[in-house]
Amino acid sequence: MLRYIVKRILQAVPLMLLITIICFALINLAPYDAIDALTTPDMTQVEIDAIRQEYGLNDPVPVQYIRWLKNICRGEFGYSLLSHTKIKYDLMVRIPATIKLILPSYLTAYTLAIILGLIAGSCRNRWQDKLIDGMCSVGLAVPTFWFAMIMMYILGYKLKLLPFIGMHTIGKENSFTDYIRHFIMPYTVLVISFLPDLTRYVRALAISQLKEDYVLVQRAFGASKYEILFKHVARNVLLPLVTKLGMALPMLVTGAVITESIFSWPGIGQYFLKSVDALDYPIVMDILVLSGSLVIIGNLLSDILYCIVDPRIKEPG
Amino acid sequence: MNSSNTKAKAKPGRRIENLIWEFKNNKQAIFSLVYISVILLISIFVVFSPNDPNAIDVTGKLKPPSSLHWFGTDDMGRDYFMRVLYGGRVSLLVGILAMFTSIFIGVGAGMASGYFGGIIDTVLMRFVDVLSSIPWIIMVMVISMVFKKGLISLILVIGVLGWMEIARLIRSEVLSVKERDYIKYAVFIGVNPWRIMFTHILPAVFPTVITASTASIASAIMVESALSFLGKGVSAPMSSWGSLLQSSQKFLQKAPYMAIIPGVFIILTVFSFNKLGEVVRVFAEPRVISGEEDV
Repeated sequence: MLRYIVKRILQAVPLMLLITIICFALINLAPYDAIDALTTPDMTQVEIDAIRQEYGLNDPVPVQYIRWLKNICRGEFGYSLLSHTKIKYDLMVRIPATIKLILPSYLTAYTLAIILGLIAGSCRNRWQDKLIDGMCSVGLAVPTFWFAMIMMYILGYKLKLLPFIGMHTIGKENSFTDYIRHFIMPYTVLVISFLPDLTRYVRALAISQLKEDYVLVQRAFGASKYEILFKHVARNVLLPLVTKLGMALPMLVTGAVITESIFSWPGIGQYFLKSVDALDYPIVMDILVLSGSLVIIGNLLSDILYCIVDPRIKEPG
Repeated sequence: MNSSNTKAKAKPGRRIENLIWEFKNNKQAIFSLVYISVILLISIFVVFSPNDPNAIDVTGKLKPPSSLHWFGTDDMGRDYFMRVLYGGRVSLLVGILAMFTSIFIGVGAGMASGYFGGIIDTVLMRFVDVLSSIPWIIMVMVISMVFKKGLISLILVIGVLGWMEIARLIRSEVLSVKERDYIKYAVFIGVNPWRIMFTHILPAVFPTVITASTASIASAIMVESALSFLGKGVSAPMSSWGSLLQSSQKFLQKAPYMAIIPGVFIILTVFSFNKLGEVVRVFAEPRVISGEEDV
């Protein structure tokens, strides 16, 4: 097993490198000059050239790439073009805000999906299944932002129950109830947006598990339906679900871009959209590299987890 | 998914027969087919309507739905019914053309990868891995920064984004088709590989292509609406359902119908295309007669 894990890690390294190469190529394709981050409008051309020389912007592209990669590896994410602040510090504030939103929503959706999926799978073609599956079909077609707007209209404007902008009311940064009030709407929107896909996955797994021989044997021994479902089927359904958990890792950063922008949640998604609008390339590229690497790490983790949870599988995929 | 398979018997039969049987017995499938036909016809023929979607009426701003304006009017007094219909034109156009782009690249890459194998396969599939590892929203935003705004680039961006899954599907399909005797024979008697690909392999994978394309339209429409909502899609004076939703944001309190209506259209359209995709799977994979879906 250790050999397999090492092999998987070695496979992931070139993928990571490829992602950084693509990112860097995009920076160079884009109509932008890195020098703009370092200069102010009142500098003379001579000064600008001096800075250009100092920062090595006259070097050939591969040399620049290696230097950029080294910086990223050391955790130096560069400077924002607009505010000239260190991107690292912005990220350190933004990422926790996003995680605070995504983690509870994803875990809720995950738990609900297991319950609903098992119910639907075991009541195949009866009303419970039709209801749950129908809701999923519709849920998959609902745009997140539309659902968010409708919630904002009903709970925010009509009933005036909840605030819908930001994470805290100004002046109440330490109040937990205030935070929860801001949290409810984006949280609900995210749970609803994660739910259909996961539920269908669990349902399909449950259906295929219920066809297995061990279910028939259990039934022959007179086990009740719930016993079979929750003692035996659930365990086998949870196995592949572990992999889903690993693949959800990148969502901790980029899972709520649209939701964050609607509710003005000060997370990384909103930061990203603002940077795109402002053509702040360094930030965009950092987030691109970050999310790409998280995907690869997530896949790696899920493969390794799967291998640990289910030792029968030596080489999944 | 399969609302009507209580009576389903795994009856062997021809593909078309299965498909017709599925449509006859699945109410949701009939609904989807009818809805899509209607919305497509409206989108094509709405230009012949005498009503102008851009006619401004300053006296009738933000009027709620009435018998005169079925869907009310927007912030410039334009008839929202016509604007939604014209918006549907753009949404569907982008969805369909983006689908063709994805299918074109995906089928090309998948066939090359599956048929030639070896180094071509490795390189293409690694490339697919890398591209699909970047979350779509990040990818789209970055590409939209590099290219300039416009309908064509929007279609290309969405299309280029959606081909990876199709390529994987087609590749695995080609791998199995390649092992059939008639292909082996064709290779043996020295038929040109391009000819084999186009006359023997392409028809064999065609049902998969059909299934993939219906699903692909649905996701392209979703992506387009999200992009337009974020202001990176179609821009004024053109409007799509997504951009209608974006502009409705400002009037959410006064005119909620402006947000509700285009959203309902998006939901119905995406739902219908998804549903059709599921039904068409019966045609693509005859084993999957309703209810016998495999995981």
